[in-house]
Amino acid sequence: MSTAADATRVEEVAGRVVTDHDPRRVPVQEFLGACFDAGLSWVHFPEGLGGLGVSRGVQASADAVLQAAGGPVPFWLNPIGYGMAAPTLSEHARSPELARSWLRPLATTEAIWCQLCSEPAGGSDLAGLATSAVRDGDSWVLNGQKVWTSLAHRARWALLLARTDPDQPKHKGLTYFVLDMQADGVRTRPLRQMTGQAEFNEVFLEDVRIPDEHRLGAVGDGWRVAMTTLMNERSAIGAGGAERGSGTIADALALWADRPHRRTPVLRDRLAALWTRSEAHRLTAARARRTATAGSPGPEGSISKLVTAEFNQDVYEFCMDLLGPEGTLYGSYEVRREGGREADWRGAVQQRFLRSRANTIEGGTSEVLRNILGERVLGLPGDLRADAGKAWKDVPRG
Amino acid sequence: MADTEVGTEVRPEVGAAPAEFDVTEEQRELRAALRRFCAQQSDAAAVRRHMESDTGFDATVWSRLGHELGVLGLAVPEELGGAGAGLVEQAIVVEELGAALLCGPVLGTIGLALPALVASSPGPLRDELVPPLVEGVRTATLAAPERAGLFDPHAITVGAVHAGDGWELTGVVPQVVDAAGADVLLVAASGPEGIALFAVSGTAEQVETDPLTTLDLTRRQATVRLREAPARLLAGADEIDAVLGHAFYTASALLAAEQVGGAQHLLDVTVGYAKERLQFGRPIGSFQAVKHRLADMLVLVEHARSAAEHAAWALQTGSDDPFLATSIAQATCSDAYYRVAADAVQLHGGIGFTWEHEAHLYFKRAVTDAALLGGAEIHRDRIAAAVLDHVRATPGVPPVADGRA
Repeated sequence: MSTAADATRVEEVAGRVVTDHDPRRVPVQEFLGACFDAGLSWVHFPEGLGGLGVSRGVQASADAVLQAAGGPVPFWLNPIGYGMAAPTLSEHARSPELARSWLRPLATTEAIWCQLCSEPAGGSDLAGLATSAVRDGDSWVLNGQKVWTSLAHRARWALLLARTDPDQPKHKGLTYFVLDMQADGVRTRPLRQMTGQAEFNEVFLEDVRIPDEHRLGAVGDGWRVAMTTLMNERSAIGAGGAERGSGTIADALALWADRPHRRTPVLRDRLAALWTRSEAHRLTAARARRTATAGSPGPEGSISKLVTAEFNQDVYEFCMDLLGPEGTLYGSYEVRREGGREADWRGAVQQRFLRSRANTIEGGTSEVLRNILGERVLGLPGDLRADAGKAWKDVPRG
Repeated sequence: MADTEVGTEVRPEVGAAPAEFDVTEEQRELRAALRRFCAQQSDAAAVRRHMESDTGFDATVWSRLGHELGVLGLAVPEELGGAGAGLVEQAIVVEELGAALLCGPVLGTIGLALPALVASSPGPLRDELVPPLVEGVRTATLAAPERAGLFDPHAITVGAVHAGDGWELTGVVPQVVDAAGADVLLVAASGPEGIALFAVSGTAEQVETDPLTTLDLTRRQATVRLREAPARLLAGADEIDAVLGHAFYTASALLAAEQVGGAQHLLDVTVGYAKERLQFGRPIGSFQAVKHRLADMLVLVEHARSAAEHAAWALQTGSDDPFLATSIAQATCSDAYYRVAADAVQLHGGIGFTWEHEAHLYFKRAVTDAALLGGAEIHRDRIAAAVLDHVRATPGVPPVADGRA
């Protein structure tokens, strides 16, 4: 079927959903459940799993109808769930029934999801992680520590990458699982960051049991499965705003408008350069959308993620320079967890400035992203690797 | 180029009007045809031959672009002898000519003169001048002062007086691109009824074009001296702003496309070199210092392409303010081409600094393109004037901490 016909179809379906479940009247979980049942949560998923089996490009047509009627942007209510867990589950869950049992509560946001990937000793070198999973009958026993887990304190379920074979080279000995965050032996502790807030957590796993049914993909195939998740993460993080002047640049423009006495010709040129960059990025995102395929996002998402991260930092550096001495003040370093991930970005400019330092680290450092652009988009040869071909247990760590 | 494109192209629905950034089958074929032509007629050796020749280009190659390929007047309406396709198509052509560094009056004739003529009032003079330019059998350029890609009537240096049925122009115009050897000069001059645009024969004996040695040998400039040169009125005082506005906006969009073509070519060539050049027993492209610079070049090229395509689309469809769209394109593409060219020289190492290697030819074009029709700084100044200077405080101001919880 053509894209135009698909778009018309999802708009009709969305129209029926908002008529039968007015998002301004019914509870948000009921509304999102109705979206799932109608196949509008991820239109490119199979029918019955929150999709209609149409190209992902027409998601925007559905979202436009749903949000115009007052529906929420579900991504922000369960970001890891919508952006990363859902595509992984729909593709790799052991049975459609199991996928559905996870996806519907995920879609309604009754079940918040997190991902347990990074470890204290494994940052950019994710495949070097040490958390072990040992087979024991019909289940696996896990031990280890994860870090930088957003939403772990609220999450019902987690995606988790663990080492099932230390004798294999690092990429080959990994397996991907779904972890019940309420299982015995899972302990979550807030991790305080430079803004003073704790939007992330450390998660300790001590003899935690996972049923084999909750394994995603084959034993030893965890790296490939996890890449589905990470590519979705980068494309979710990098998705740009659609309107001229929207997104982070709006903060700089609003502050510029509000503080005419702080303006200088040099700051004016810096802001004009930032505004121009935001336009070039916005237009590039629009161009990428026109050329996007129905499949999973590829390395191109890395361009957007790289640009967005460095752009955010430059915008808030500009804001701080515009504020001058005012920028040296702060609100409070007291931890207030209830705001979750959003708290820093809703906070004062100074807090957003500090938070932006993480942008070039989280979800793939800018250094790793430049490697990806160089190797997967431009086709350049990989770097020499000291761990190539070695069993994971023989690779130095620290 | 294929391995650096973002995403896989989606073919638009048959019969559906293309949306912005769609690539049609015709556009793909047009690009391929230009690439074949340039590979045959304007390879690296030919570019060097042409840039060192007296005229600076090969008139035969130019005329073949006109009458064989029919790509000089893609944005010219059919009733004037053009193809009536659109500026988006013309931009594809200019992008490919820029990628090949083809020598010829691309900016003077395609960028400036033809758009000025198209925007002028209909009449026998226009009907006479346009078709031979589209055919490639004659060339033309525009001698009108501009500042940052906008017509600057205060900088007029030519005077016009009535002479019999026509006019005579006297004055000197410095640094006119593609003027030497041009058959037609479109000259802005100040007359008794105000500032107007005139057509002057480049071969008249009262017209002198003194060639200047240019940094970029592939794009010539000349000083134009007019001594009571016979002239015909093309656009009067009431329409010159519109005519030259259209010409400079169009030239800005096409120049941006040329910058994209040159930058993409350099990126492709440099990536190829980084894969083959071995140092310390490995391809230099495997070193992160090299790889990361190439990744940054890729981002620059992608941003430049988006901004340039948007400018051409905006002018063709009226979907965006031409002032902003062309300034965004010029600010983005001037910076991008220059930085990509400078990095291409750097990543080639010593060979990149030699006369023999092509990198310096592109580098010099990048410098020239950045300066023509306004550099990045002056376009940012224009953007600031439009977007920042009169912005009012809005309710969306983010909170600023004041040291109290």
